[in-house]
This record gives sequence, C-alpha cells and structure tokens, in this order.
Amino acid sequence: MNKKKYLSILVDNHEGVLTRIASLFRQRGFNIDSLTVSATNDSSLSRITIGMSGDEEEIKQIINQTKKLYEYEGMFEIDPNDSLIRELLLVKVAADEHIRSSLLELATIYKAKIIDISDGSMVFELTGKPLKLDSYIENLKPYKILEMCRTGATALQRGKVKMTK
Amino acid sequence: MVLNGSQILANVLIENEVDTIFGYPGGAVLNIYDALYEYSDRITHILTAHEQGAAHAADGYARATGKTGVCLATSGPGATNLVTGIATAYMDSVPMVAITGNVPNSLIGRDSFQEVYIAGITMPITKHNFVVRKIEDLAPTLRSAFKIAISGRPGPVLVDIPKDITAAVTEYTPAPKQTAERLLSYTGDRIDVIAEEINKAKRPVIIFGGGVKNSNAGKILKNIIKKANIPATHTLMAAGVLRWDMEENLGMLGMHGSVCANRAVNDADVIITVGSRFSDRVALSPSKFGKRAVMIHIDIDQSEIDKNVKCDYHIVGDAETVLGDLEPLLEETRHTEWFEEINKMDKQIAFTQGGDVLHPKEIMDIISEVGGDDGLYVTDVGQHQMWAAQYLHHVKADNFLTSGGLGTMGYGYGAAIGAQIGTGRKTVFHITGDGSFHMNLNEACTAVSYDLPVITVILNNSVLGMVRQWQTSFYGKRYSATDPHRKTNYVKLAEGFGAKGYSCKNADEFRAALKEAVEYGGPVWIECLVGKDEKVLPMIPGGGTVEDIICE
Repeated sequence: MNKKKYLSILVDNHEGVLTRIASLFRQRGFNIDSLTVSATNDSSLSRITIGMSGDEEEIKQIINQTKKLYEYEGMFEIDPNDSLIRELLLVKVAADEHIRSSLLELATIYKAKIIDISDGSMVFELTGKPLKLDSYIENLKPYKILEMCRTGATALQRGKVKMTK
Repeated sequence: MVLNGSQILANVLIENEVDTIFGYPGGAVLNIYDALYEYSDRITHILTAHEQGAAHAADGYARATGKTGVCLATSGPGATNLVTGIATAYMDSVPMVAITGNVPNSLIGRDSFQEVYIAGITMPITKHNFVVRKIEDLAPTLRSAFKIAISGRPGPVLVDIPKDITAAVTEYTPAPKQTAERLLSYTGDRIDVIAEEINKAKRPVIIFGGGVKNSNAGKILKNIIKKANIPATHTLMAAGVLRWDMEENLGMLGMHGSVCANRAVNDADVIITVGSRFSDRVALSPSKFGKRAVMIHIDIDQSEIDKNVKCDYHIVGDAETVLGDLEPLLEETRHTEWFEEINKMDKQIAFTQGGDVLHPKEIMDIISEVGGDDGLYVTDVGQHQMWAAQYLHHVKADNFLTSGGLGTMGYGYGAAIGAQIGTGRKTVFHITGDGSFHMNLNEACTAVSYDLPVITVILNNSVLGMVRQWQTSFYGKRYSATDPHRKTNYVKLAEGFGAKGYSCKNADEFRAALKEAVEYGGPVWIECLVGKDEKVLPMIPGGGTVEDIICE
C-alpha cells in the first residue's frame, strides 16, 4: 500500500546537506513529491520538509537511513492530527470579463487571494493544507490554468517540540 | 603556533597517532607533500603505483591493525582513482580517512585543470565527507573526520582540501587523539525476553558477521556458544572470529557456505544474528530465510533492523556490550540431538587430486600449513576468494582480509601491502586469481620499492572463473568474455618488476616454493595452475534456498 507521508527533518545548516538527503532518496529509489528547505530560529539549523509516497516498510527504511547522516539533528513524521501543515499555491488562470466573477466566487469559497489581474488572466494565491490546494485546483479545472506552482508542504507540530534524535 | 594548512594536516595526523599514510603526489597536493618532507621523521608516506592501490592499502592497514587507515591523493583523477577503494571500505565498514587535494578555491567550479567535485562523487560511499573552505576549519574538520570514521559502525570519511587552504596560515593548537563514541547502552527489545527465547530453544543457531569482529566481541561470543551450546555460522566478513576447527563452528553461511550451516539456519527454531546485515549473499531469499525460527537481530546500526530480513526481536547496540549482558542470562545447556542432526546434514565436497594442476583446497591447506596461526591472508575477488574463505584454517579475526560487500577485484595487492606495513609480519599471503591479479598487479613495484615480504599466490585457471562458473551452470556454457587467452608469463613479469617468481604444477612444488618465499622475505609471486572447470561448491543460486543447493 502506497502511503503519502511528510517528514520534517532538522539538519545542520551546511552546504551540500540537501544534496546528501536527495542523493540518499535517489539511491533507494524514492520519489520526492515535494520538498521545502528553510531557515529556522536557530541559524545553525535548517528544516527540510519532504513529502513522499511509499509503503510503510520503505518509508521506515528511508527514515533510518536519513538518521544516519552526520548532519542530521532530528526529525518528526508529520501526523495530520497533531501537526500544522501548510502549502502555498500560485495559480494563473485565463480569464476574460465573462468568467472573472465565477473565478472570484470560487476564490471566495476557498479564501484565495487575487494577486494579479492582467489582460486575459488572473493570478490567485492560496495557502492551506495540501488537500485544500488539491481541491481548489480540481475546481479550477473547467477553466484554463496557464501556469501554476506550489511550494510544497511545510509543517510544525502542535504544542511541545517533540523531535526524535 | 602559526602553521600553514599542510603543516596543520601533518600535525592532526600525528595527534591521531597516524605514522603511516598511503598516497600519490600531484599538483594540488604539492604543499602537503612539502610538509610531509618536513615531517618525514614522524609520518612515513608509502608511494603506491596508483591511487586505487593507496586506498586499498589504507583499507588493508586498517583491517589488519584496527587503526584508521589514511590515504592521500591529488585532485581530479587522483581523487577519482580512490573511489573504488573508498567504496570497498564503505561496504565493509572499515575506518578510513581519505584526503584529497583540490584546485584553489578561486578556481573551483570553473572546470579547472584536474578539478572534480569529489565530495559529490563520494557522497553515497562515505560515512561523511567535507570540503574545507576556510583554513580555520581545517583542523576541526580533520579531527571530526577521524572521530566519524571510528564511531559507531566504522567507515570511510573524505576530506577535500583546496590548494590555497594547504598554503594559508593560522594558529594551530594541539588537541588530544580522537576517540570513538562508543555506544555503552543499547535500545530495542528487552534482553531478558530475548534470553528467555534462547533458553527455550531446541534448535538454536547463531549467525555472526563483521560487526562481531569490529567490536572485538569474539571472546564473549565464544563463551555464549560454549555455555548455551549453540552452533554458530559466520558470514564472509567474520571468518576467523571462531577457530575453523572449533566443534560448534559450522563454517560460512550463504551462497557458498557449508551445507550444514545453511541447513541448520533453515531448520532452526531460534536464530540469533549478531553484527550481520542479511546481505543477499547470506539471505539469498529474504522472505524464506530462517522462516521456521524466532529471529533475533543484534546490530549497531539501526538502519539494518528489518532492512533485508524482518526479525521478531532486535537490539541496537555494540555487539560486545549486548552479548556481555546476554551471557549471564543464558542457561547452561546441551543441544546434543541438534548437533547430531546438524552433523548428519553436512556434506563434504569431493575434489580431485594429482595431475598437472593443483586443487584449490590443496593450495589453501598448504598456505595454512606454511602460514600458521600468524599468517595474514588477503584475497582478491572471485573463485579463489571463496576457496580461501572455505578452506583456509582461519584462527584469528584480523588474519583474513577480503572485499565482501563491494566484491572488488584488484583489492588484494594494495590491501596486502597495507596490512604488511601495518603489522610488520613476515607471512602475508596475497591470494588471488589470474583475473583479479591483472587488475592491479602494478602494485608489485610498491612491494619491491619497499622490499615488502608479500607473497602473492596466483590461482591461475586462465579464465575468469567465477563468471565462467555461472555461465557453465546457468547460461548453457556460453562462455562470453571469460576466456581472455592471456599469455602472461608470471615468473618473467615478477622478475621484470624486481620481484621473485615461481610457477607450480603440483603440491610438492608449491609447498617448496612457498617455504622458499617465506625464507626470502621479499615480494614473491607464485603461480599455481588450477583447472579451469573447477567450481566453487556448494552453491545456492541467487534468490534460492538450501533446497536448491548444488554440491557437484
């Protein structure tokens, strides 16, 4: 059974850390669905959030391999019930005057922001759980999506910091 | 004291009690070699014929002495030539520090002459690697490299030093020798529950691997085997941990393991695996491996748990510590019936004697006889390697060096040179085949230059025997690219290098040549003619089980 899973990994803020993790995933034949790397409140650490799918055993194995990296400092598996997961979407949709209002209506439902209106197109910004973004994109399908990008999920745990070393 | 980067490197090596390194000079490491000239009273540099030889020598040095092996190469091709040696050390968990020069920081990333991104290349084959960007980072980085190489599951670490760093100066403050972060505690399942399972067992078996050797747990393992009367089988990496003739030692396990070892594992009700990773050459069919048994896995590396074979119980920790705590919990018992059953299962492989060729077993018997308990045996990869594993009279854990995980043909000569230099022993036998030997026989010049008593025994069957054996068994004797028709005259070639050469057709000639070689005390090659149809047996084909074992 393939499962979608997000890992939040704290690593030393060194050059090449991302390559090291990416190389590990590649060797084990793991496809990364999404990836974010960002600074943390500690300047010596970076947070990597990886979205991937695989079976339980494979995921366990890649977690164990990741923990062996010298620059690894901690990780948690993102449990949707216990974590705050957010992703940002920017989507450019073809829009003449006739459909602007219906696009606007859809944006209101999803609480997406209009960040650009140009000749023939509109750009929306939406932040939320990846599933919400999926659903919004699904509803935009009847329209013509010209361009789009998603940042990939990033996440924090609720409450106390619970990292496994 | 203010020193330049090259002098700092020399000093950190000295801090870590490194008195010997293996390497090859070049443009990017000129400053380092200049410092080595200055420090030559404290650090001996061994110049090999090729950087690959230097990497294997550092590996052999480490395996034979237990110390960290150090190799040094220049940028670009010097660095890439180390790659096979580093990967070999990585797969067999050998502590090594590889130092490469690189072009100056100002030239990095410009496809400069002899520039490669060696840190990128070696990322998947090192425990960790570093690029030193600032002179202030050099000493701490090198110290970390030594620490990482020996801590936990050992392995190679590479430090890439751009040329400008080797000339830049900074304050150097001496530091103590790096020591391993030894795991004193362990995690996983409860050891008393595990002991209970073992105490209940009627047909227990122990599988032990290289981890037992690395943690020096041989003695405690032996105590457990004697006390709880458990038959034990080893992987290739653990030959010699138990004496070859110890009653409870069933010999090697896996593809070319003994019949009784493979049968015992198949029929066991409890299997205790220590310091072994169930590689595909041991657990050929992971889903069927030990399927009748309660499986217990003890390993230092968390990622090995449930990686290849799923186990019922596991402990992550140092083998010596865990076994030390396990031993008092085990009951003294006898498994007489089980041993009788195992002994009945065993099957000796028949072999031919006499004629114009030597049988591999005869060769190994004679080497063991001449080499004795202090003989150090280093192999290459192929049929000769398996025969050496099966038939040498293994008595000590550190006396058998072989490339297990990576299976590197051409490993042996460099490794034997490193092991000889590390131990100073007079009886170092490099056991090779004609295929493997042709890969790196250039290291003969190293053995000659340093007058090293490394005795190379070449099992010459004139073909690439292991691959040919598979072609015989599984490819309908379609011998594709396994008969190179080489006309190498080993005696003359040895002489050309300045070594001594012999060629032997029978056991008496070989015994005499080997004794002469030991007497001589310098580099010697001894060619032994072996039949090209000789097979390594028993054999379980890849993916098979003991039911598929081939014995003739």
